[in-house]
Amino acid sequence: MAFYVVQFLTGLASAASLFLVASGLSIIFGVTRIVNFAHGAFYMLGAYVAFTLTDRFSGAFGFWGGIVIAALVVAAIGVLVEMVLLRRIYHSPELFQLLATFGLTLMVEDLVVLIWGPDDLVGRRAPGFKGAIDFFGQNIPSYDLFLIALGPVVLGVLWLLFQRTRWGVLVRAATQDRDMVAALGVNQKWLFTSVFALGVFLAALGGALQIPRDAVNHAMDLRVIVEVFVVVVIGGLGSIIGAFVAAVLVSELNAFGILIFPKISIILVFLVMAVVLIVRPWGLFGKPEAPARRTPGLTVNPWRPLTTNERLAAIAVLVVAAALPFVAGNYVLTVGSEIAIFVIFAVSLHFLMSVGGLASFGHAAYFGLGAYGVALLAKMAGLPMIACLLLGPLLGLLGAAVFGFFAVQLSGVYFAMLTLAFAQIVWSIAFQWVSVTGGDNGILGVWPEKWAASPSHFYWLSLGIAALAVVVLRIIVFSPFGFALRATRDSPLRSEAIGINGKRIQWTAFVIAGTVAGLAGALFAYLKGSVFPDNMGISLSVDALVMVLLGGVETVSGAVVGAIVYKALNIWLVSQTDLSKLVLGGFVVLIVVAFPKGIVGTLEAFMHRRRKSSSSASSPLLTSRIESAE
Amino acid sequence: MRGYFVGAGLAIAVATMATGAMTTQASAQSEIKIGEINSYSLLPAFTEPYRKGWQLAVEEINAAGGINGKKLVVISKDDGGKPADAQTAANELVSSENVAMLTGTFLSNIGLAVSDFANQKKVFFLAAEPLTDAITWSKGNRYTFRLRPSNYIQAAMLVEEAAKLPAKRWATIAPNYEYGQSAVTVFKKLMSEKRPDIQWVDEQWPPQGKIDAGPVVQATAAANPEAILNVTFGADLVKLVREGNTRGLFKGRTVVSFLTGEPEYLDPLKDETPEGWIVTGYPWYSIKTPEHDAFLKAYQAKYNDYPRLGSIVGYQTIKAAAAILAKAGSSDPEKLIAAAEGISMPSPFGEITFRKIDHQSTLGAFTGKTALKDGKGIMVDTAYRKGSDYLPSDAEIEKLRPKD
Repeated sequence: MAFYVVQFLTGLASAASLFLVASGLSIIFGVTRIVNFAHGAFYMLGAYVAFTLTDRFSGAFGFWGGIVIAALVVAAIGVLVEMVLLRRIYHSPELFQLLATFGLTLMVEDLVVLIWGPDDLVGRRAPGFKGAIDFFGQNIPSYDLFLIALGPVVLGVLWLLFQRTRWGVLVRAATQDRDMVAALGVNQKWLFTSVFALGVFLAALGGALQIPRDAVNHAMDLRVIVEVFVVVVIGGLGSIIGAFVAAVLVSELNAFGILIFPKISIILVFLVMAVVLIVRPWGLFGKPEAPARRTPGLTVNPWRPLTTNERLAAIAVLVVAAALPFVAGNYVLTVGSEIAIFVIFAVSLHFLMSVGGLASFGHAAYFGLGAYGVALLAKMAGLPMIACLLLGPLLGLLGAAVFGFFAVQLSGVYFAMLTLAFAQIVWSIAFQWVSVTGGDNGILGVWPEKWAASPSHFYWLSLGIAALAVVVLRIIVFSPFGFALRATRDSPLRSEAIGINGKRIQWTAFVIAGTVAGLAGALFAYLKGSVFPDNMGISLSVDALVMVLLGGVETVSGAVVGAIVYKALNIWLVSQTDLSKLVLGGFVVLIVVAFPKGIVGTLEAFMHRRRKSSSSASSPLLTSRIESAE
Repeated sequence: MRGYFVGAGLAIAVATMATGAMTTQASAQSEIKIGEINSYSLLPAFTEPYRKGWQLAVEEINAAGGINGKKLVVISKDDGGKPADAQTAANELVSSENVAMLTGTFLSNIGLAVSDFANQKKVFFLAAEPLTDAITWSKGNRYTFRLRPSNYIQAAMLVEEAAKLPAKRWATIAPNYEYGQSAVTVFKKLMSEKRPDIQWVDEQWPPQGKIDAGPVVQATAAANPEAILNVTFGADLVKLVREGNTRGLFKGRTVVSFLTGEPEYLDPLKDETPEGWIVTGYPWYSIKTPEHDAFLKAYQAKYNDYPRLGSIVGYQTIKAAAAILAKAGSSDPEKLIAAAEGISMPSPFGEITFRKIDHQSTLGAFTGKTALKDGKGIMVDTAYRKGSDYLPSDAEIEKLRPKD
């Protein structure tokens, strides 16, 4: 009995650490709608700074002073980031801020190694909380008890802050309806900055408080960020109490789950999230989002098919690309094939995001399923390459059909997180089912047949399929189905009123996107000759998101450019420098500032403005952005 | 218009790659190039000392006149911890840098990915660190050799000590991925062979890098084992040890632990180092052989820092590569294989041989017990164990390894 009590308390201690970080993320998202990917980076910075203050300058502020000052220092950095970077892009398309914070995270990961060195750092134990307390023969660390008490205290303070202060009232109002708060004349700038500072403070405090238990290292951020996101979503976005309950739920399920299934930890949070979101689409304590006032994805210039000249130009580009094998060596061709494959992958996600308005955080699942489909068919059934390429993506189709059905019942970030949960479930199956998938050692020896084996042939194959995928998806965009999909995206209510079955349309789009991603995965398996669970991991999903956002969400085919630029740059930097993350992150941040609508989106807007000024006949009313369409 | 941007993007991509390819044309006949790949950005704690190790080796080799009179050049690439990126790097090294052989890698899955690439493209590959048994046995191929003692070897070394313990109730804690799984499987198998009387009472599989140490420690303690096998390392190990110390998990229990004696993993524990664990590792401070003294002196003179195990691995990888290249007198992969099979060479740990039968080197490891000295963790009662003494019989290996 005593054991179960202690296990419960241990779970509560884990919950408290999780809650601190999650509450900050929840507050930031609730008010600013920023998916703050850098939250984990701030958590990590908090731990590093606190390590320096408590270990190397231990005399100056004492242990607890060091912890608090570390959190304050990092919060100040957060304010700087918000004012210098995020303020510029609040009006960019949804999720564009994710790109900025992703770039920051990349930079921080390299910076901490540069500043604090590569070794794991073990900080001091908290004075007064070094030992354990005996509870019927079981030991409970006193620091755990401190954390267990701290969780509710922070929850209480936040509650008071939100319920009893004018600032809290404004924050709650903004969480509920940002536009109305702005309309009432509240200075949003400082509201956002202060909220961001509080959120970062909590993240850094959470990180700093890990010093007595953890080893400070450069991978802390990724370890925590996904889990924290999941907790926030399970609890309901913007709900502090929800975050607390979700943190307790997840931690306790883990603490007791490992007694029965020792391998459950790897997937537990995602299973819980999938179940919660299917049963309660807005999380445990979340409320349904009010219909958006501003139509999402409404572009300045409506989409149109390419003109004949543009088509000719596109074909010319394709011909030039196809001539590459006559001038380039094998390495360039293999990289070219990889880029072409990522173009396919990116346009499939882009189709779902910009045409369907459904941002998936787990698109790599279908890429990976396609790859595993090929690997299993080739290795187990021994099918020829053509058959594998045709049949392999069907596994992606199947996965998309099953998961898509549940996912399209949701929208916005909840949709994104459910796709992430599904992707992680698929990933963990590939990771754990060693007898079939080989676990993380993967499936080896999936090399192309002779006719496609030479780099130039494989390049032509990938390029051809990439061109085909782009063309087919464009045809779908401008087909009646594409119009129905866009109608559902722009106004679910109106499209329903004219008889469009929105969910079915979105589901179909999800399946199309999943299949095309599967096709990319199938080619990728042959390019690399092997398949690993990595092929469906979170980082690949994030890469795809970055490519789409980089190209421009509000464009028809911006992802093509996004994929080429990001992938080429990534491969080149990794090959040229050991600080590739720092440079790539810096580059992403620069692009975010220079091209606030993505590369293609910003250039299109620029061209459009030039065209407008040259032909003064067009009415300003028609071309000005319609901020509130409903 | 879209087409225009696509074109621009492609042009950039092509241009950047073309310049990369062109600069390499300049390399003269007087050089021999080795391609090296490792997870520099993902695992700096191991790869930084590793890099220092191989840089020292390159310096020594070139100071001694290079390889058959040619200057040795190592071109190093980061794989970011991803098998796919490792293959991209391998391809660049082979296709546009024209390296004579590939070396390096840390993670088992990356080692396997590069080994499969080497087999497909017929390139010589000397795996430095990956511990998985598969790379020389079940997925072994004739182009791939491996330097470090494998999972099996290290497990066999630990079992020898562990079997002497009176403990009958054993629990295991291992990271939930291939390395942890196969370490536990081999250890259990060898242990149960020697000691049929022991019971396996609990196993914990925290996700690699994400251990929630409190519940894991508590759950292990609840099974009341007499001894524990630990396979976690790095930040996970730190958390496990800290929670275990506070909660008294290690009191009155013997712990047998993979790799924990390596400075990379032992040093961060500082004054929290648990005493009396039976570990494999690298006690650089207590090895008194002329070979190691020479290495230690050179390393400390160059870097003003002590070596980690990674330094040894990096150093010996390049030394081994150079020895193979010198013996082959050519960069033809078939000649390299012929030269590498059965080659013997000195190392800081004494003479080692690359076995013909499974391409595994006989480099060994140190076993010992952890202890605290001046607030730091060290290994005591250390003994060097040769890898060749802990491998299964040739007949068994022939069953495991696919025929070429």
